[in-house]
Amino acid sequence: MNQEKIISVQNLSKKFGDFTAVNNISFEVNRGEIFGFLGANGAGKTTAMKMLIGISKPSSGEATVAGFDVKTNSEMVKKSIGYMSQKFSMYDDLTIKENITFFGGIYGLSKSQIKEKTSKLIAELQLEEVANKLVGSLPLGWKQKLAFSVALLHEPKIVFLDEPTGGVDPITRRQFWEMIYAEAHKGTTLFVTTHYMDEAEYCDRVSIMVEGHIEALDTPKNLKTQFNVDSMNEVFLKLARNIE
Amino acid sequence: MKRFIGFVTKEFYHIFRDKRSMFILFGMPIAQIMLFGFAITNEINNVNIAILDYSKDTETQKIINKISASPYFHIEQEIDSETQIESIFKKGKVKAVLVFQNQFIKDLQTKKQAKVQVITDATDPNIANTITNYINAILQNYMQEANKNNQVSYQIHSQTQLYYNPELKSVFTFVPGVMTIILMLVSAMMTSISITREKELGTMEVLLVSPLNPLQVILGKVFPYIFLSVINAIVILTLGVFVFAMPIQGSLFLLAFESILFIVTALSLGILISTVANSQQTAMMLSLMGLMLPVIILSGFIFPLSSMPLPLQIISNIIPAKWFIIIIKAIMLKGASISIIWKETLILIGMTVFFIALSIKKYKIRLE
Repeated sequence: MNQEKIISVQNLSKKFGDFTAVNNISFEVNRGEIFGFLGANGAGKTTAMKMLIGISKPSSGEATVAGFDVKTNSEMVKKSIGYMSQKFSMYDDLTIKENITFFGGIYGLSKSQIKEKTSKLIAELQLEEVANKLVGSLPLGWKQKLAFSVALLHEPKIVFLDEPTGGVDPITRRQFWEMIYAEAHKGTTLFVTTHYMDEAEYCDRVSIMVEGHIEALDTPKNLKTQFNVDSMNEVFLKLARNIE
Repeated sequence: MKRFIGFVTKEFYHIFRDKRSMFILFGMPIAQIMLFGFAITNEINNVNIAILDYSKDTETQKIINKISASPYFHIEQEIDSETQIESIFKKGKVKAVLVFQNQFIKDLQTKKQAKVQVITDATDPNIANTITNYINAILQNYMQEANKNNQVSYQIHSQTQLYYNPELKSVFTFVPGVMTIILMLVSAMMTSISITREKELGTMEVLLVSPLNPLQVILGKVFPYIFLSVINAIVILTLGVFVFAMPIQGSLFLLAFESILFIVTALSLGILISTVANSQQTAMMLSLMGLMLPVIILSGFIFPLSSMPLPLQIISNIIPAKWFIIIIKAIMLKGASISIIWKETLILIGMTVFFIALSIKKYKIRLE
């Protein structure tokens, strides 16, 4: 595997007053990797991710994303990444085509590029019949797949997915992960946060955050061996218990 | 620029596809101006009255002619005795009866005074009161004219003391007031709701992660509302001028400039609200309670500021709408130029700068 570091984080911290949400974390993500970023609610993973995508300023420490410093060059970071949030992040009162046009537009794609991408994307997702329907009328699973494709519209080097499969059925989740694999195969790096431990097994490497620290970081296989358990779920529980 | 156009296009889709927005944007101004202009008015027009003339002389005929010549009254019928009064009131045909005493002209000539009784149907006290005032005004007017020509002056007495100011047409105060309310509502409430909606849906996060900078996002969100507010202002003024014959004495250019200034003030308030509120409901409540009520109550639109207790008069100074109403009244009714209203204009500009600065500060804190 290509070992080019696409994300590199050193001693990154974020404090809100007296509360330290992210406490001195360091890690690296390789190009083309599917990197699972796990943690319980409130463990600090969303805060950490916000710093990496340039919408929250670190209190201390360094981080580069796609070669750009998140503190000083967040504009370039934003251009190089795609983002899909935990909440569904498209406009319900716009049609599929209008959503694609809008998001293509704010990432600076030209009209012809948008046109080409739109027809390609709609064909890939088999949405021809509903292309001019409002997004609000689509089932959640379709919306999520569409949101993922839209996040990839400007061909970012890294895509950040914040709990992308929240609330969708197992079949759609499976299809979603197939899309993620296909994208990773093209050389895109995927940074995924999730609650589902079975999804953690699909990642190339996983980090687990507990109370602002990264408590474990390795391949799912190594982690299971290290903790002497059969599933990522048990790894997670063991870590959480150790802290208590 | 291309990104900006794309953003604004999307914003217009939101507005045009939301029935509620469309109603607030276009239904409300027209409905409000019509309501205030026609329904909630202190004026009377073409009110049916009856005449009971015991004297039937040249003088009473002149007075009757004068009353019937005015646009406010229409003489529905003449009756012969007081017994008929109650029955015609019951039928609801007339709102008032004018009773001239016997030997009206003779009393005028000999005693130098005569009496007219104005009997009104007071089931609607406001209208009754207004009718009395109007009739008194006409009598007063008649008396002045008559006394000018005659060597000897005489008086006509009516039941009530009169006070009437023909300049005080209610629609002239309602048009500026309604315009202020609508611009405040559209600019502040609608923008704060539309910005908080993005926050609520999570799309704001996506926009902030995109290469658009926060300023572009906010500008893109408010631009459509500037445009729509300007259209609203034009609609309201057009209705005021063509339906209610409201004058615009001053410069149209100055009026446009001041209106756009007020729109920007309201927008900056809307942005400020959206930095504080996290949900559409909060934004709406804040706009309604924090902006609409003060605008209606403390701007001098409905309740005269001069008759308020001093603390409220002082508070009213921080309401942008108060200054805007002073400005547009001065421009439209008095034909004021900028040299007269520069102080109010500067106050509005100062408030706008303050709100924008505060929003930027709040916004930064949130981003940290």
